Order: sequence, then C-alpha cells, then structure tokens
Amino acid sequence: MEALLAIVIGVLYASGVYMLMRRSIVKLIIGLALLAHGASLLVFTAAGLTRAVPPVIPFGEKAITGTVADPLPQALILTAIVISFGVQAFAMVLAYRAYQTVGTDDLDDMKATDT
Amino acid sequence: MNSLIVLPILLPLLVGASCVVVWRYVAAQRILTLAGSIVYLAVAVVLLERVASEGIQAVQKGAWIAPFGITLVADMFSAVMVATTGVVTLVIVVYSLGTMDRAREAWGYYPLFNILIMGVSGAFLTGDIFNLFVWFEVLLISSFVLLALGGERAQLEGAIKYVTLNLVASAFFLAAVGILYAMAGSLNMADLSQRLGDVAQPGLVTTLAILFLVAFGIKGAIFPLFFWLPASYHTPPVAVSAIFGGLLTKVGVYALIRVFTLLFLNNVDYTHTIILWAGGITMVTGVLGAVAQYEFRRLLSFHIVSQIGYMVMGLGFFTPLALAGTVFFIVHNIFVKTNLFLVSGVSHRLHGTYDLKKLGGLYRAHPWIGMLFLLSALSLAGVPPLSGFFGKLVLIKAGLGIEQFVLVAAALGVSLLTLFSMTKIWAEAFWKPLPDGTAVKAPGGGMALLLGPIVTLAVLAVVMGVAAGPFFALAQQAGEQLLNPESYIRAVLGARGGS
Repeated sequence: MEALLAIVIGVLYASGVYMLMRRSIVKLIIGLALLAHGASLLVFTAAGLTRAVPPVIPFGEKAITGTVADPLPQALILTAIVISFGVQAFAMVLAYRAYQTVGTDDLDDMKATDT
Repeated sequence: MNSLIVLPILLPLLVGASCVVVWRYVAAQRILTLAGSIVYLAVAVVLLERVASEGIQAVQKGAWIAPFGITLVADMFSAVMVATTGVVTLVIVVYSLGTMDRAREAWGYYPLFNILIMGVSGAFLTGDIFNLFVWFEVLLISSFVLLALGGERAQLEGAIKYVTLNLVASAFFLAAVGILYAMAGSLNMADLSQRLGDVAQPGLVTTLAILFLVAFGIKGAIFPLFFWLPASYHTPPVAVSAIFGGLLTKVGVYALIRVFTLLFLNNVDYTHTIILWAGGITMVTGVLGAVAQYEFRRLLSFHIVSQIGYMVMGLGFFTPLALAGTVFFIVHNIFVKTNLFLVSGVSHRLHGTYDLKKLGGLYRAHPWIGMLFLLSALSLAGVPPLSGFFGKLVLIKAGLGIEQFVLVAAALGVSLLTLFSMTKIWAEAFWKPLPDGTAVKAPGGGMALLLGPIVTLAVLAVVMGVAAGPFFALAQQAGEQLLNPESYIRAVLGARGGS
C-alpha cells in the first residue's frame, strides 16, 4: 500500500510541477492544487498507514488497548485541505480578475512589473 | 496562567473582527485600528520587559501539558520581534490614515491589516511547528488580499507571482512538517529539539533540514528563490509595500533562524555552510539588482533581498556574537526599510511618480524631507553613528572571528554598493532639478500623518546607533538563548525537559 501511495504522490508532484511551468494561468492554478494534494497525501502516508481501529477508548475501559491509528496526521491534513481550499478559491478569483484586467491568460505577457 | 503572551495574537483578532462589524463606518474602523495598535505596542513592550527580567515565558493553551497542547513561547528573540512589530504597526497605521484611498478603506483594508498582524505575531510566538505553518497561512492569505486590493494591472500581475511562489513554499513546508512528524513523532518544537538528536537516520534529518531551508528560503527571499519579491512588492499602495518590505520577509528569516537554532543541529557543518553561502550570494545578487533599477520602490525591493543576505549570513556564522548581530540587524532593518518606503510615498505624493528619472528637486523644495531620507539611507548603508553601522560591525567582527574572509569582504563590498545606490536615489530624486523644469508642488494637507511616522522611525535609527548599548544587550541575550536551546526546552516542557 505504501509503495502504491508513494507512486501516486510522485505522479501528483510531477504533474503539479509540470502544470506550474505552463504559461496559462488556469494551468498554473491546477498545478498548485495538484501540489497541495501531493503534500497532503505525503503527510498521510509518511505518518504510517494502518488498518488498526480508531483511537477511541472502549466503553468501561480506562485506556486504549492494542494498536490504534494515529489521529494527528489526519487532523493536520484536514487543516491543510481547508487552508488550500480557501487559498485556491482566492487564486482562481485573482486569475480571473487578472485575465479581465490584462486581457490575456498568458503569463509571458504579464511583464508590467518587470521593468 | 500567563495570558500576556496570548494578547499580541488576540488583540489584532478582536480589532480585525470589530472592524468587520463596523464595515460601513470607515471612521470607526480607523479609530479601532489606531487604538488597537497603540495597545498592541504597550503589550509588546510589557512582554519584552517581562522576558528580559524573568526569562523565557511559555504558556500551554487548552490546559494540555506540553508536548500535547498548543504551546506559545516568548523567548528574547520572539519578544524583540513582537516589540518591533508593535512599533512598525503603529507607524504604518498612522501613515495609512493619511495615505490610504477611500475605496481600499471601504473594501476592508483595516480588517485585513489587523489579521496580517495577527498572523505575524502568531508566527513569532508559537512553539509548535504545525502552528507555525497555520500562522504563515493566516498572514499569507491576508497579504494576498492586501497586495491585490485595488485591482490595478501591476498589482494583479505582481500578486499572481507572489501567490504562486508562496503557495509552492507552503506545499514544501507542509510536506516537510509531515515527514518531520513521521520521523520524530512530535510537532512541539522543544520536544522535537530533544527527539531529533537520537533519530535512527541522521541523513534523513539533514535532507529534511534542506526541505525546510527551501520552504523558508522562498518565504524569506533567499537566492535563488527571491524573484517573486522585486516583481510584486512595489505594486500596492506605499503603506502596504512598507509593511511587506519591512516586516513580512523577516518572518521567513525568523522561521529559518528558529528551526536552524532549535531543531536541525545534527549536521551543523553541512547545513550551516549552505546557509552561509546562500546568505552571501543573496547579499551580492540583491545589491547588484538594485544598482540597475530606476524605480524608487523596485530599487528598495532589491535592497530587501540584499539585506536578507546579511541576516542569513549571520545565522550561517553560528556564533553567539553573529546571532546577536543578526537580531540587532533585523530590528534595525525593519525600522529603516519601512522608513525608506514611507519616504518614497512622500515623493509620490508630491510628484505622482516613482520613476527616479522623472523625480527631482525635492531637497531644494523640502530640505527636511531630504534630511529624513538621508538619515535612513545612510543607516541602511551602514554609516556611523547610525543603527546600520553597529549591525554590520558586529556581523563583520563575528565573521573575522571565525576567519570567513571572503564573506566579510563581500559584506563590505555590498555596503559600498548599497551606499552607491542610495546616493543614486539622493542624486535623482532630491538633488537634481526637476527634468521638465517646473517647480516642486507644495505639500497638500494631511502631511503631518505622513511625516510623523517618518520622523519617528528616523529618530529610532539614530537612537539605535548613538545609544546602541541597551539595544545590543537585548540582542545579545536573544543570541545567547538561541544558541543554548536548553533554556527554551526547559521553559516549554518544564521539569521533564531538564531530565
């Protein structure tokens, strides 16, 4: 399972970076989204995959018995997903406004700030 | 327990939220933000005094003991940075009152500004590496909107570059945090500091350290990752440029210093040599970029990069003296760089342009503005007895102490080039007559709100130079604490940390 997920993460990163290097702003944003997904999946996989039970103390017990899944990486990913969702929504609006103002979606034509 | 540390985060949040409540009443937002920034400065000074007299302060939120709870820590470095933030915030708020246009004020400038300050304070005070990521996102999201607010063409183009590079950095940062957790099983920085020492694969820790270096290197604008900065920082209104240029990139440098003094000490020879040379090259490329510029704020943006190089170089030297010099230099640079941006705003108010070739005659018409610019410019270049001189003196002395002669020579050469490009601004904007032969306009009303902040920061640049002693004593204390993480760990983890 780890090997499969590692390949998936690699593909996500590779395609994310490829999209980042395209000239269209829309593809740029898709690239950012793929990169964020790759990072989330990496956190999930790196922290250890397990088929164990959720970390809930059974009724009547004082402590957890046996192996359980670590809930913290999932909490981290949840936070990261919410953040990247918000940021990507903003990036899309920004790209649309830039497209309206500049009149192109080609990054090579956005040179007003370079001189 | 100790609620003082929470206030620098809570206060901007409250003010920002109240500003949203009174969204339709811009006057009320102005008063709230001004009052909030005065209280923030007072809190920051009290916190600094408390840390100076009682040592490192730590607090666990939610009543979970460390390393499980949410930890906030204020060591000397954090406290100094928060106090500096307090000064700059107050100054920028006053300047904003005089310069920000109605449209931006009506579309949420003040709430965004407060949330930005909350993010900055959170990043300075958190003791948890994942929370550091979250605070970075808080400050980034508000900075994205502040940068694009107004929707001018240059702003939108600059914002696309800024947003993209910062999101890539965030993805790196998140991945690095995930791997760090997988490796050491903790996110509390004090706890990590203890655990990373005996990880099974030290090679992986070094790899991870470089991943963090790249993430913070993009955010802090280190060579070769700085190109988003001069493409975006000169596009928004001056008040926004000033807070970005003065404060935001230094948060990246702060994070870099924090993780490379607390966490990644396994292979100092390797990692800190890379940092050292990255700093040196940043210094040189930044100033060479600046020499070629003829846009007032773009020139200053390249100087930000160059000065980041000095700070990173100080971290790379990794001696108590060098780290003290770095802390002193960061504070000096925040004040002076902010002030130079504010001065560029005054010349824009008088002439309506930032193009140095079209500017001129400012000194003849307003000698006092010229003097204020000169104080900050000479301080940036490191002319005694101004604040920049002592910052550079200490860094260079530290470099000589460990026989890094190449970098010391580079630092001195960069100072000279800094002086050169500051003289260029002086000659073009202040000294030569206006190119079209007209007279300089008389300043309009409301200039007091522009000049008050500039005078304050110029006085600080002089005071930090003439009476450098007390400031340097604080910086020295900060440097000592950074190099001896034991006291930080003990403050966070309590008795357990001592074992």
